Amino acid sequence: MSMTITAQDFEANASKALRDPNLRKAMDIIGGAMASRRVDAASALPEFEALRDEGVKIKNHVLAHIDLYLEKFEEQLTKRGGRLHWCRTPREARETILALCRSRNAKTVTKGKSMVTEEIGLNGFLEQHGIQPVETDLGEYIIQLAHEPPSHIIGPALHKTREQIAQLFEDHHPDYELPNAPGVKAGPRSTDPQTLVTEARAVLRDRYFQADVGITGANFLIAETGATVIVTNEGNGDLTQSLPKMHIVVSSIEKVIPNLEDLSTILRILARSATGQEMSVYTTLSCGPKRPEDPDGPEEFHVVLLDNGRSEMLGTALQPLLRCIRCGACMNNCPVYHSVGGHAYGWVYPGPIGAALDPHMIGLETARHLPNASTFCGKCEEVCPMRIPLPSIMRWWREQAHERKIGPALPRWGVEAWAFAAKHPWLYRLSTRIAVAALNMMSKGKGRFAKLPLASGWTNGRDLPAPQSAETFMAQYKKRKH
Amino acid sequence: MSQSRDRIFATLRKGLPAGADDAARRAAVAERIGQHPRNLMPKRAQLPHAEQVALFTAKAEALTVTVDSVASEQDVPGKIADYLARHNLPSHLRVSPDPLLQNLPWHERPLLQVDYGPGRSQDLVSVTPAFAGIAETGTLMLHSASNTPTTLHFVPDHHLVVMYESQITGTLEEAFQRLRDKLGSVENWPRTVNLVTGPSRTADIEGVPVLGAHGPRRLHIVLISDGPASQQS
Repeated sequence: MSMTITAQDFEANASKALRDPNLRKAMDIIGGAMASRRVDAASALPEFEALRDEGVKIKNHVLAHIDLYLEKFEEQLTKRGGRLHWCRTPREARETILALCRSRNAKTVTKGKSMVTEEIGLNGFLEQHGIQPVETDLGEYIIQLAHEPPSHIIGPALHKTREQIAQLFEDHHPDYELPNAPGVKAGPRSTDPQTLVTEARAVLRDRYFQADVGITGANFLIAETGATVIVTNEGNGDLTQSLPKMHIVVSSIEKVIPNLEDLSTILRILARSATGQEMSVYTTLSCGPKRPEDPDGPEEFHVVLLDNGRSEMLGTALQPLLRCIRCGACMNNCPVYHSVGGHAYGWVYPGPIGAALDPHMIGLETARHLPNASTFCGKCEEVCPMRIPLPSIMRWWREQAHERKIGPALPRWGVEAWAFAAKHPWLYRLSTRIAVAALNMMSKGKGRFAKLPLASGWTNGRDLPAPQSAETFMAQYKKRKH
Repeated sequence: MSQSRDRIFATLRKGLPAGADDAARRAAVAERIGQHPRNLMPKRAQLPHAEQVALFTAKAEALTVTVDSVASEQDVPGKIADYLARHNLPSHLRVSPDPLLQNLPWHERPLLQVDYGPGRSQDLVSVTPAFAGIAETGTLMLHSASNTPTTLHFVPDHHLVVMYESQITGTLEEAFQRLRDKLGSVENWPRTVNLVTGPSRTADIEGVPVLGAHGPRRLHIVLISDGPASQQS
């Protein structure tokens, strides 16, 4: 019931993505911009690198005391009148949220951006039970209209061109009237982003006031005060949580941090890494329902806290992934992500963080291609504000796949044969000598192969260079030394 | 559900280093929450107060926030009337029922219609106080209370903030500490604390930054000069 998984088809997804002209156009537009905004923001703050170290220290401290910080968070949240719902599995989380919505006879639920609700497949589940979820983050709204999953954790619709978005709006609100000319329909729609944003704003306005329940995610949970924190630019998360009678926060256990000072430190690296802003526009700390004297705010405040396998990562090679603050810098800087886009990865978390995390969450059998979807250029680790060793974790998954005999046998045999030869120099030299001579002869002096048996994976896309000499490197080296 | 809680905690504890000293861990957590030591803070905002005010203004203006500096409370209604005229807005204001704002000499601008309460869908312009300004990033800190409805920060198209220069701090940590000092105890922590850095924006269409996504399209600050906080009674 969770989001449809297509990670097992990564190779087919990726080839399809590479031939999609709209995706190519969208990825080219955002390509350099996202990465260079981060570089500009980081170089404008002399302490940026030192702040990353501080961030890593905070998260490592939390992970060594996570049970105690979660207890403290629960205690403080409860004192402020909030309720915490612990959920081990996506199913438990969905059922809990549905029961809460039903207790309010909810027909419409507005939603702020939340990757954890994607992880548990909440929207489809609520629809099946007669409750209409309305995504209010512009990117999430666009992909909800398109019936697509997000392709990026902070820019869910970055795979769409402005023309595609204008067409979606035409299909879904053809009767939209221009704000300055009542009675005048908008079509044919302008593809200007400002005009499209104005339209989405007008369409969603009433939804905030009509909603029975507002659901948001949380970037952080603060143990000191019992507050959940959202970080947004649009203000939709705040309208979502301050207008309906019930606010449900859906988050996960690794988001807990000790106090407001630690929040301050992490905020300094989060926005700079994500969008290149010094601070996102809205950072909102929420705890508990409206106080008796408050003139507005929700009457009920619930936090649904999901585990979904995170607790099992503690004390393993995967523990550093629990430091992730979901900024998206790894995907913004990944050459593979920029080539295939987010959907090819086939599950909620794309890019390098997905390649490292998804095999744990949906199983290595299903996600076995993802740790291979990397050039190992190391850029993701270089830009990760929490310095998560993403390439090492991907390599670890490759080893796991090899040891657990996951995936086709042929590449595994190939690697094993190579390893055997590499450990026996006489055999290695003999086989390379034969191979080089044979390949050199087969290339008939052209210096490349357009086709070669067993190498179609390479030659289907480009030529394979042939050895330029009939002798191996070692043979030539020995000759020249004398 | 408590069964789930127990199982999550059991798995977490299994993942902790073997032989972890629980008493020491508890002490470390109590200390970090109780003492809340500050981590590294950027030098940028560690300045004399007058320079912090200048930095706050510059940072906010870089985000398209407009800032009017005035000598006293008396000048505020005039500046707000000017703002409405400049943007061709109707003269209705939805205002936080806060003593500072209730005591402004609105009567000197009889054309302004002022009423008090939370934000409603028809409200175009709100006027609210702020708890603090943070120079480092040009950020406002606001919080919910009986006289400061949160919806005024998000529903209207234009959010106008009236505050004193003395409310400007260097860093986020200093602003949080002022809030702790004001509340006295975490028991009095408000439902929401909003950190607002510029007007609402989005870059969800082809990464192009556009202002006015769902929250206010414009943010305007009227800053009353009164010197640093240390000189206030």
